Amino acid sequence: MADRCHRVEHVMGTVISVDVRDPNIVPSDLDDIYRWFRQVDDIFSTYKENSQISRLDRGELTIADCHPDVGWVLERCRQIGRSSGGYFDSRATGRLDPSGLVKGWSVEVASEMLFELGSANHCINAGGDVRIRGEPHPGRAWNVGIVHPLVPSALTVVVAGRDLAVATSGVAERGQHVIDPLTGRGADSLASVTLVGPELTLTDAYATAALAMGLDAPSWLNGLSEHEAYVIDAGGHVWWTEGFPGYAPALVS
Amino acid sequence: MRRSAAALGLTVIGLWLILTFKSSPASRLAVNALPPVSTVPSGPNNTTPAPGAAPPPGSSPTTTLGPTSGPRTVVGAVFSNRYGDVQVAVVLSGNQITDVKALKLPSDRSRSRDISDQAAPLLHDEVISAQSAQIDTIGGATYTSGSYAQSLQSALDKAHG
Repeated sequence: MADRCHRVEHVMGTVISVDVRDPNIVPSDLDDIYRWFRQVDDIFSTYKENSQISRLDRGELTIADCHPDVGWVLERCRQIGRSSGGYFDSRATGRLDPSGLVKGWSVEVASEMLFELGSANHCINAGGDVRIRGEPHPGRAWNVGIVHPLVPSALTVVVAGRDLAVATSGVAERGQHVIDPLTGRGADSLASVTLVGPELTLTDAYATAALAMGLDAPSWLNGLSEHEAYVIDAGGHVWWTEGFPGYAPALVS
Repeated sequence: MRRSAAALGLTVIGLWLILTFKSSPASRLAVNALPPVSTVPSGPNNTTPAPGAAPPPGSSPTTTLGPTSGPRTVVGAVFSNRYGDVQVAVVLSGNQITDVKALKLPSDRSRSRDISDQAAPLLHDEVISAQSAQIDTIGGATYTSGSYAQSLQSALDKAHG
């Protein structure tokens, strides 16, 4: 039985769980990880009036005044906007809001921090978006149960993997929380998009973009390299990319 | 980016065909033999209780898993958010999850519950019945900022403690 170090905290407006299965990681290491998340929240929160993002949005700061991560994140948002046909937009809500990228990116950085501390086996779950590395127990993959977007009491699929990002964007969490930047309206033709990829920054942002695409999402998802998708539309119909069952053993009949 | 209504119609039909085709070969999954039940006693763990979390492990007796144990329900802790309280339970047979139930959901989510009642629980049944492996974490469009996931996670932690 592998040693386990597990903590759950409410931070960045969501619940972040860090579950480490390496005996060399101690609780104080997790202090550093949560300190990182709080630092990200202080800089990027759109709910904090004095965050750099809020002040940048009000024109009180320039990008040059901000932490270097701010410029990097906003440039990454622009790149992903271009590679998703405009469906990922850090101004979709009418104000500067890079949250769609910040959560995945901050988890990815946290996973990298843990790796550098010597953890090859961990799982970070930020409000249902997950980064897994290694194994929970020797010889076994991590199993990520995905909540059904229309039946919140049920799981719809189980993703298994050893070094993966699993992001879901859906309407179940807070009503229609993804805005189609091209129409300005809530994206409602799909109930959820679950995307599996190599790292959480892009995977999470692409899941958000695909949900906003609605019925155009499947053809775009089919063309993505290194990512596989599992989609449920508003009527409960399920579709997945050809490679997705490779990550979901229960779908292989 | 504007496309003609005809093209959009074709897209919808195309998607419908894809969805129909893809979702029809319902994966009838063999229930695998259960993995051996871990009998290693859980040592002192490093879990820091979350705000509002369940009583610390050890404060209530943990049911011993075993091949002869019947179905049992492990109730997660209640987590509150601005919409209300969320609490879920997992039902296990041995160490196989046979169901996931929401015991408490915020009442303003009645619209979602209506949707839930209409949605066929087909996938739920199939996926749940196929699980022989334990679920380590809960992903997805989780309920109200993760309260659902947090409660479910606490139930899983108790179940697999």
